[in-house]
Amino acid sequence: MRASRVSALLALATLVALGGSCVRDGEVAAQDTAGAHEKAAHGDTFVNASIGDITGLIPSITSDSASHTVGSLIYDGLVQLDKDLNWAPSIAESWQFSKDCLTLTFKLRKNVKWHDGRPFTADDVVFTYKAMVNPKTPTAYRDDFEPVKDVQVLDPYTARVTYTRPFAKALGSWGHAMLPKHLLEKYVEEGKLREAPQNLNPVGTGPYRFHEWKSGEKVVLVANKDYYIERRPYIGRIVYRIIPSQATIFLELKAKGVDMAELTAIQYERQTDYPAFKKDYNKYHYAANRYTYLGFNLQDPRFADKRVRHAFAHAINKAELIEGVVMGLGREATGPYRPGTWVYTDKVKRYEFSPTKAKALLAAAGWTDRSGDGILRNKDGQPFSFTIRTNQGNEERKKVAEIIQQRLKEIGVQTDIQTIEWAALLKEYIKQKRFDAIVLGWGTGVDPDQYGVWHSSQNGPDQLNSFSYANPEVDALLEKGRATCHQQERVATYHRIQQILAEDQPYVFLYFRETLPVVSSRVRGIKVEAAGIDYNFIDWYVPKSLQRYASP
Amino acid sequence: MALFALRRLVLAIPLLIGITFISFLVIQLAPGGPFDYLRSEETGQDPKLIQRLNEEFGLDKPLPVQYARWLSRIARLDFGRSFQPDNRPVLHKIGERLPITLFLNILQLLIIFFLAIPIGVASATRQYSLFDKVTTVFVFIGFATPDFWLALLLMILFGVNLDWLPISGLRSLNYEYFTFWRQQWDFVSHLILPVAVAAFGGLAGLSRYMRQSMLEVIRQDYVQTARAKGLAEPVVIGKHALRNALLPVVTILGLSLPGLIGGSIIIESIFAIPGMGQLMVQSVFSRDYPVIMGNLVIVATLTLLANLFADLAYGIVDPRIRFSARRRRR
Repeated sequence: MRASRVSALLALATLVALGGSCVRDGEVAAQDTAGAHEKAAHGDTFVNASIGDITGLIPSITSDSASHTVGSLIYDGLVQLDKDLNWAPSIAESWQFSKDCLTLTFKLRKNVKWHDGRPFTADDVVFTYKAMVNPKTPTAYRDDFEPVKDVQVLDPYTARVTYTRPFAKALGSWGHAMLPKHLLEKYVEEGKLREAPQNLNPVGTGPYRFHEWKSGEKVVLVANKDYYIERRPYIGRIVYRIIPSQATIFLELKAKGVDMAELTAIQYERQTDYPAFKKDYNKYHYAANRYTYLGFNLQDPRFADKRVRHAFAHAINKAELIEGVVMGLGREATGPYRPGTWVYTDKVKRYEFSPTKAKALLAAAGWTDRSGDGILRNKDGQPFSFTIRTNQGNEERKKVAEIIQQRLKEIGVQTDIQTIEWAALLKEYIKQKRFDAIVLGWGTGVDPDQYGVWHSSQNGPDQLNSFSYANPEVDALLEKGRATCHQQERVATYHRIQQILAEDQPYVFLYFRETLPVVSSRVRGIKVEAAGIDYNFIDWYVPKSLQRYASP
Repeated sequence: MALFALRRLVLAIPLLIGITFISFLVIQLAPGGPFDYLRSEETGQDPKLIQRLNEEFGLDKPLPVQYARWLSRIARLDFGRSFQPDNRPVLHKIGERLPITLFLNILQLLIIFFLAIPIGVASATRQYSLFDKVTTVFVFIGFATPDFWLALLLMILFGVNLDWLPISGLRSLNYEYFTFWRQQWDFVSHLILPVAVAAFGGLAGLSRYMRQSMLEVIRQDYVQTARAKGLAEPVVIGKHALRNALLPVVTILGLSLPGLIGGSIIIESIFAIPGMGQLMVQSVFSRDYPVIMGNLVIVATLTLLANLFADLAYGIVDPRIRFSARRRRR
C-alpha cells in the first residue's frame, strides 16, 4: 500500500515536472455555477498568485503587468472597458465628441471620492494630463496624450479636452489612472513622481484601497466601502501572493493555497483533469489579445522577395502548431487582429498548408535543388539557410521555432534556432537588425491602431517596426485610421490593412493563444465575455456558507 | 588572536574593492539598461526620456567615473536608490530581505553541522556496517538530487497529498488572527520544507567528509595509544579523535558559506520566500544596478567574514594553532 502510494507520488511529480502524458478529453469551459438560492454576500478574501512582484503603485510610471493589475483596482480612469471591450463610463458619467473630433467633453460623477476623503474633480483630470505630458515624468504612455492641445475645467465636474488633430485613441487614453492633484502636484512639478510617498502608499478612487505591500511576499487590498457605485465590492480583501515559480503556483492551486491562477495548455488539458480539481475550481478559456508570429528581416534580399515569404506561409502548418504547442487552445491568426473583435475580417488571402506550392514558389524565386541533396540553392550554389531567433525562457516560442524548422527542412530550407535572453535579443539583434527571422509575439491592445509596428517611418533602432516593413498604402491607411474618432470609418481602413498584410506576409501570422484561468469554485458571479473574466471583478462574491477567510 | 582578526579585517578591504570592481564591470557589460522597462508594446520607446533618466542617474558617464562615484558613496555607506519605479533606498530593500535569508542559512548550517558530524563519526567507527552502507547510499542520493526536484517532490507529498505542511511563503494568510503559539507554529511549519531541502545536499557532503576525516584520525598512533592506556572507546573517539577530525570539516564549513547564500536563489524562488536570493534574481533581470551592487557588497562582506570566522574556529578546535604566538615568532 505504502509503496504504491510512493510510486504514485513519484509518477505525479514526474507529471508535474515533465509535462504529463494522459489522454485529452473534451472541452471544459465552466460557466457561472451560482444557484438561485445563493445570495450575494460581502466578505471573504480572494487570493491571487502573481509570478512577479509589483514595482510601484503609481500606474503612470510602471509598465509591468503585476503593478498594473493591482493598480487597476486602486485607481479609476475616466472610462473603462466593458464586457464587449467597448469604452464605458467609469468616474466620468458621460462624454461628448465634437463633430470634427477635435474636442472631447467629459461630465464627471459628482459622488466620487479619493481614498483620503477628498472629492474627485475636473482639477484632477487637468492635473493627470499635465503629469503625463511633463517631460520629467518617467512614463511609457506619454504618446497617448501627445495630440492633446489643452485640457480645461468648465466647472468642477466638467472637463474639456482639445486636440490638435483628430485622434482615434482619444477616448481610450482617458482610461489611464487618474492621479490625485492634492497629493502629487508638488512631486510632478519637481520631476520626482517616483519619490512620492503615494508610490508606496497609494491614494486612488478605485473599488479597493491599498492595505499592505510586503516586498517579494504579498500585496493586500481591502474593499473601498465608499465606492462611487453606491455599494462596495463584495470580496472584502484581495491578497496577491508573489510566487516566482510557475510550478509552485500550480502546486499551491492544487493545495487550495490560491484562488486563481493562469494555467499552461498542458496543465489545463491534462494535469487538472481529475474530479477533485474540477470540484474545487472552475476552468475558463477565452482568446488572448496576443498573437505569435514568424517575422522576417525584410532588408535581407532573400526575404525581400514576396514569393519566398509566400512559400514559407504555405510550408507552415498552423493547425499543427496550434495542436502541438498549445494543445488546440488557440486560433489561427491571419493578421494582427483577434478573431471576434470589431476590427477583424476573415476576408483575406489565405495560405493553405502545401509543401508543393511552397517549393514551386521558391523555385520561381530562384531556389532549387541543384545538386540532388534535397537542399535548395540559388544560382551561385549557396544553400538557403538562416537562423530563427527567439527569446529565452519562453518554451512555447521555442517549440514553435522547432516545428517550423522541421517543416522548412522538408522543403529544403535549413534553419538554426537560437534562444537568447530577452534584453540581449532586443539590444544586440532586433534593434540593430542583425537577424534573419524571429519568432515572437505582440499584444494587440484595445485600440486597433498599430502605427508603431507597421508604419514605414517607425523603423529606427528604438522603434517597433524592426522588420523594416514598408508599404505606402499601409502607411496612408494607418495615418487615416488614427485620425478619426468614428469607429465605422475605421472599420474599412483596418479591413484593408489586414488584406494588404495578408498579401505581403511580412510576418507569417501564426496563432492567437487562449488565456486559461481557473478560479476557486466558491466564487460566484463570473462570466466569460469578450473582455475575459475579470472585467466585473467587483461583482464577484462568495456565498456566506462558502466563505473561508476572515476579512475586514 | 584579536590582533590576527583585526589584521585580516583590514586586509579584506582591498579584496572587497577588487570584488566590487570586477562585479561592476561584468554587470555593466550585460546588454540592456535599467530603463528599458519604459518600453510598451503599444507606444514604443521614448529615447529622450530614457536618455534623461540615464543622465539623472549618471549612467551616461564613462564606466570608471561611474565606478569611482559608486565607491565614494559606498565608503559613506550610501547604497543609493533602486532604479525600479518604487525608487526605494537599496538598504531598505536589502534590509527587509537579508534577515530571512541569514536565518534560513544559519538554521540550515546548524542542522547540517549537528547531523553530519554524528553521522560521519558513526559511519567511520562502524566502517562497512549496515549503517555505513545505508548512509553511503543516502549520500549518493543527496549528491545526485537537484534541489528543485526534491523540493517539488516534498511539496507534492507533504503539501498537496498529505496536507501536513504549507507549500510556500512564510506565513499563512490569516496569520494576524492566530494566537501567539499558533503563529509560532505557523512560521516554523513554513520553514520545515525549505530548510530540509536546503540542508539535504549539504548534509550528504559534510557527513561524507567527516567520515573520511575520522577514518584517517582513528588510524593515528595517538589514538591507538589512548586505547592502549585503557580509555573507554567513547572517550577515545569523542575527546582525542574528534577534535582533530573536525579540523578539515570546519574549513569546509567556512568555505561552503558563500555557496549557501548563492544556493538560496533556487530555494527562495521555489518556496516563494522573500529573501536576498529572490531580490537578486529580480534585480538582475531588471538591471537594477544599485540593488545588484548592494547585494554583492553584502554577500561579499559576509563571505569574507565567514572565512575569517572559519580561520578563528580553526584555532579553537586545534589549540596547536596560536595566532598570537605566530605573530610573536616573527
